Amino acid sequence: MSEVVELEIPARPEFLSLARLLVTAAAAHDPLFPEDRLDDLRLSVSEACTNAIEAHTAAAVEEPADEGADSIRIRCLLDTERVAVEVTDHGGGFDPGALAAHPPVTDPARLDFERGLGIPLIRILTDEVEFRPSPQGTMVRMVLHAVSI
Amino acid sequence: MIDLGLERSDRDGWAVLSVAGEVDVATAPRLREQLIELVNEGQYRIVVDLEAVEFLDSTGLGVLVGALKRVRTYDGELALVCTESRILKVFEITGLTKVFPMHRSVDEAVAAV
Repeated sequence: MSEVVELEIPARPEFLSLARLLVTAAAAHDPLFPEDRLDDLRLSVSEACTNAIEAHTAAAVEEPADEGADSIRIRCLLDTERVAVEVTDHGGGFDPGALAAHPPVTDPARLDFERGLGIPLIRILTDEVEFRPSPQGTMVRMVLHAVSI
Repeated sequence: MIDLGLERSDRDGWAVLSVAGEVDVATAPRLREQLIELVNEGQYRIVVDLEAVEFLDSTGLGVLVGALKRVRTYDGELALVCTESRILKVFEITGLTKVFPMHRSVDEAVAAV
């Protein structure tokens, strides 16, 4: 049975550090969750929430019709030695498969790409990741084990 | 506003920018502005000291990649100082340790060229 910690933040950059702080503190309640995996969790959450904030900016949800439409929901499901984090936004949705691959790092053309590193980082740092885009927004579900598998 | 420390100094013809705090989508624009300002002033040899950075995500990486491209346009260089394993790891897993000259101290970075 998971214990649940939930947070809803305005979809604005200045609230990103709060999301990182809360999720990392929640996972740190499990004494078996080592420091390096907390670092991986902190970075994964930052990347997922950054994408969510940018999706809101792109969709320009400035005057939301419904309460909460300009917010991001972060739900942590805590189990022994394992944490799942779901980040749900109300942006326009996106296709994670449509991301262009970067040129190899040894190629000078690599320097033309300042963006697009967030999702590859999430894929490397998490044990499981799932993107569920919909016209209403995107839900990213990430699972990290205390010991990386 | 979230704190991001940005301190400029000069060392042997290099502009040294010491960054402190968390670099993410909220704070990275200030880092970008400072790096663009250095290049606009004609500083094409830059050391970015990340020793006091507590957190850095892909937004921060993007700003550094953009700055590296900018200085190389002028035949310049942008070197990083980073020894903290949690920050170093972000560069390692993205392969960017092969793109940036990485050093253990500002002295080492300045002496390397």
